[in-house]
Amino acid sequence: MAVHLDLPALAKTRWYEYALRFLFGGAITVLTGILAKRYGPVFGGLFLAFPAIFPASATLIDKHEREKKQNAGIPHTIRGRQAAALDARGAAEGSIALVFFALFVWKLAPVWNAAVTLFAALFVWFALAVLIWRIRKHLRLKSL
Amino acid sequence: MQLIFRFIAGGLIVSVFAALGGILKPKSFAGLFGSAPSVALATLALTILANGKLYAARETRSMIAGAIALWLYARVTIWLIMRFNLRAALASASAIAAWLICAIGAWLLVLR
Repeated sequence: MAVHLDLPALAKTRWYEYALRFLFGGAITVLTGILAKRYGPVFGGLFLAFPAIFPASATLIDKHEREKKQNAGIPHTIRGRQAAALDARGAAEGSIALVFFALFVWKLAPVWNAAVTLFAALFVWFALAVLIWRIRKHLRLKSL
Repeated sequence: MQLIFRFIAGGLIVSVFAALGGILKPKSFAGLFGSAPSVALATLALTILANGKLYAARETRSMIAGAIALWLYARVTIWLIMRFNLRAALASASAIAAWLICAIGAWLLVLR
């Protein structure tokens, strides 16, 4: 399947599901700041890669897939769990790219302009994440 | 005041990445956004403003260990779902223990 946007999926997400992600994201960012202030940047920095989005996203994917099957008259399904596991596989690949995001900022933030460093690091993360995903997909297709 | 600003910035950036992950297909590609540097972007931008670039660089050195722990977290989540047939909510919440053990273990053994 080619990568594409599924815009109607935005409407399927309920307002409280967006609110939950906002609250969780805000809370983790505040917690990271508090930990860095209390225990120093070396400890607080660990939480920059805390799984902030994943639990809520995986739960919603599982729920939406189950609801889809139930609406189609299939009460018991493992489809939701399989979809959440696929999402987790993507997160594992993205986390490898996240190591390089951190490495990039660590080495270049002291010498480059801050905004340029963060945008360039974001680009590095995205490019590497897509590359890893494509390699993995290519290897999987070859092994079929 | 700084905490409120931090909360709003973090919430907004995490929500944008989560929404992106929600509308992209296939699911394995959308999953990449589950480990997007959302908290890092919000935190680092504010940290650089408040504490300077060197302080932020020290945080990102530790973030490397956090990102390795995030990889382990995602693999443990997959294992819990596939091996024990757990719901995604329970598997992803339980796997946070793996993230904490790996990240804090790295801090105790290497970073501290």
